[in-house]
Amino acid sequence: MTAQASRAAARPGAAIDALVPRMTQICGPDGVITDPLDLATYECDGLTAHRCSPGLVVLPTRAEQVAAIVSTCAQAKIPFVARGSGTGLSGGALPRSDGVLIVTSRMRTIIAIDPESRRAIVEPGVTNLAVSQAARPFGLFYAPDPSSQVICSVGGNVAENSGGAHCLKHGFTVHHVTGLEIVTPQGELTWLGDGTGAAPGYDLVGAFTGSEGTLGIVTKIVVKLTRIPEAVTTLLAAFATMGAGGAAVSAIIGSGILPAAIEMMDALAIEAAEAAVACRYPEGAGAVLIVELDGPAADVARETAAVRGICEREGAYEIRAAHDAAERAAIWTGRKSAFAAVGRISPAYIVQDGVVPRTALPEVLERIAELSASSGIRVANVFHAGDGNLHPLVLFDDAQPGAEAAAAVVSGEILDLCISCGGSITGEHGVGVDKSRYMPKMFGPGDLDTMQLLRCAFDPAGLCNPGKIFPTPRLCGEVPGVRRAPHPLVASGQLEHF
Amino acid sequence: MTTHAVPGVLARACSEVRSAGPDDAVAGVAPRYVARPADLAEASAVMRAAAAEGLAAVPRGAGTRLAWGGPPTRCDLVIDTRRMNRVLEHAAGDQVVRVQAGVGLDQLAAVLAGAGQRLALDPPAPAPHTPPGSPSPAARNGSGAGTVGGVLATGAAGPLRLRYGTPRDLAIGITVVRADGTVASSGGKVVKNVAGYDLGKLFAGSYGTLGLIVEAAFRLHPLPGAVSFVTLDCADAAAAHAAIAAAADSALAPSAAEIDRPSRRAPVRVGVLLEGDPDGVAERAARMTELLGGSGTSAPPDWWGRAAAAAADGTVIRIAFWAAALTKVLRAVDTAASTAGLDPAVSGSAAAGVIYAAVDERAAPGAVSEFVLSLRAAVNGEAAAGPASPASGSAFTAAGSPSRASVVVLHAPSDVRDAVDLWGPVPSLGLMRAVKDQFDPDHRMAPGRFAGGI
Repeated sequence: MTAQASRAAARPGAAIDALVPRMTQICGPDGVITDPLDLATYECDGLTAHRCSPGLVVLPTRAEQVAAIVSTCAQAKIPFVARGSGTGLSGGALPRSDGVLIVTSRMRTIIAIDPESRRAIVEPGVTNLAVSQAARPFGLFYAPDPSSQVICSVGGNVAENSGGAHCLKHGFTVHHVTGLEIVTPQGELTWLGDGTGAAPGYDLVGAFTGSEGTLGIVTKIVVKLTRIPEAVTTLLAAFATMGAGGAAVSAIIGSGILPAAIEMMDALAIEAAEAAVACRYPEGAGAVLIVELDGPAADVARETAAVRGICEREGAYEIRAAHDAAERAAIWTGRKSAFAAVGRISPAYIVQDGVVPRTALPEVLERIAELSASSGIRVANVFHAGDGNLHPLVLFDDAQPGAEAAAAVVSGEILDLCISCGGSITGEHGVGVDKSRYMPKMFGPGDLDTMQLLRCAFDPAGLCNPGKIFPTPRLCGEVPGVRRAPHPLVASGQLEHF
Repeated sequence: MTTHAVPGVLARACSEVRSAGPDDAVAGVAPRYVARPADLAEASAVMRAAAAEGLAAVPRGAGTRLAWGGPPTRCDLVIDTRRMNRVLEHAAGDQVVRVQAGVGLDQLAAVLAGAGQRLALDPPAPAPHTPPGSPSPAARNGSGAGTVGGVLATGAAGPLRLRYGTPRDLAIGITVVRADGTVASSGGKVVKNVAGYDLGKLFAGSYGTLGLIVEAAFRLHPLPGAVSFVTLDCADAAAAHAAIAAAADSALAPSAAEIDRPSRRAPVRVGVLLEGDPDGVAERAARMTELLGGSGTSAPPDWWGRAAAAAADGTVIRIAFWAAALTKVLRAVDTAASTAGLDPAVSGSAAAGVIYAAVDERAAPGAVSEFVLSLRAAVNGEAAAGPASPASGSAFTAAGSPSRASVVVLHAPSDVRDAVDLWGPVPSLGLMRAVKDQFDPDHRMAPGRFAGGI
């Protein structure tokens, strides 16, 4: 560090201020945000419980600019955080007051579509849905479809390994990415993979996908495109109880049918959706199941009949089928609005994202109901039933002192329940800042230490989205257990605790 | 071969350790000892002992693909996983299985079939080249297609890769032992899970260079009620390409679309696999036959999935490319082969962009080397110069980036291995070396077996 830089670091904010001329040179004056009011608009992502105004925001338009920005940060030892559309639900893009927020939303060119190879090359700020729209004329689509697909960015999807309702059959982001151009945490522009999905060497594309922005910043993405299915049918089945709906889910999967999606909502979630979007789901339902089947027309017709039969046998008292896009949209309206709709029945709520083995669903739902009853805190359940991914919405009144803390306790107990069933603390939202404290409940010290070896290989200086995923950062190159001095990241003020 | 006395620290670590014999050589390199740990605890103890003694170690399953990759630069200890052959948990209702690394794929398939399920991986099983009358170790323990650990470590996949991907796509959890003996797990036993880094992706296809794979969990799929293979002969590369493209572009959901051409002057055979409900398969097979010509049958053609087996003792080369380049790749193979005076068999998963060229063991090493180098130059140059759409060329060239194709020698006779770089250019080799340095700082795990000499 130069003498000048040392002096700058002595005054909070001064080290960041010192970067402004260089960042302006890289991104142009309209690509750098320093005004505190404007900075505040970036203080959180989709998880609003965690907020922090960034020290500086830059809005590059090209990969080379991202490389120059990162390399400037690396030289100045300033932490940096990447952000796409800011729709993440675990605080993965939570900025740092002493760091630079690199927003990729201006990098939104679909560079190429190769229909025969079923590949597209896109920039990270391109929205998820835009890829499918661009592919549609070729009879193709981009399969991962998080609920936020209208606005969320492909770069963010890569960082989070995003899923969506249809990943039960079609897989997650990691199954649909075959090449990544990234800027390494040292500021070097390089390609991981070559788009074939079979490049020689370690599968760094797979390892990078889902690393929550901690291994570098994506600047181009090669995605797989999928043939649009010949037929799609969506069924809505209403059951008196969650138990009956859950039994239908097990029976469908057990029959060897792999639907594109199986979604379930409980009475409270249905009530909220009804209040918000008047989805007109069957009255009196204790549970609704949405089953979507896609594929060759004859297979879909046969599977639809089979699923109908199973639902009837398991006690469905009303079944509706949608055969065109408009009817499908009508069925999906309630499900897709469910998170926001809960705002109609509760002033505030926590969205949880636990996973349990599918067969444990009935037991887990019962235990959640018990937790809710014993705590007096309402929990609405919306979930991807086919893959056991629960989204319990824990409701509370933020005007009541202590209510949020009480809701957080219930939310945490639900995660404990998921772990005790052999499940996961997150199915698709990521760990981010929100769940790093739960990581030691799911993984042992050896597991976490080993994961961080990958971090050390990519980001030995610990500047790339620090403080996310891992509750305790690993000092790269250290021998475990023989640390004698305070952790340098703590000493330098880059981390508050260790 | 000298017999080495087993060091005490190793003998205490593992209930079954012995001096190595001539059959234990890895790509011609003779180890000193073979350890067969009984379980995860012993596996960890063996790795700690190896670290204490500074021993270079090569993991081995059934040995099915032990000839893949370069010869190790050092090999003191072979760690044989086959005593760890338990299916730990088959949660049929969850369509998930958790197994030890030494479980044979065939053994696993039999267990899963009992519940109407399968692990949707069909890596080519090399033709056995054991002398008649002496059953190979693999055949004895039900691991003819290799062990789970070996398939994961080599990333081997067969025709089903078109629909189900490769081992990295189906693994949902992994437990490994690091070079220093540390046991580490990532993922879990649920299909949907984004907690922490996915070490399974990193270890899949890592050829044992990052550590020892001890356990893995996989997503399963239902066994199809029926299968149909639509096959046809095509006069040339362009016609085969058109058939493959039509199959892949159809809405008939093929599970695989393969080509096979035993020699340059032979027609290109095309086979498309349809799987599922019997009525649905019959209907789709009829439509596929109408689309492509040819005929449907419920039995696989004799060449199906035998890509890498074509030259068990020869050279097998894997060519990966963007599917639209199929004709160009096949022509590049022909040009390179005729320059080198060879006539390789070509086969593989054309619709998925992965095919294999097999050269028999009698070919001169210089000719094979020339073939590989000129093929590499052709597909790399072609891919950079002739992008599929006008704007796409710059995407890969902007960052000094890789071409859209690779030519990797999977296995070869030793004189061929000495004559040619097995891996060719590797994108982001610097990052890969950094990963290796973190996981195995002393470079004791299968050193020299992998891309870039890792």
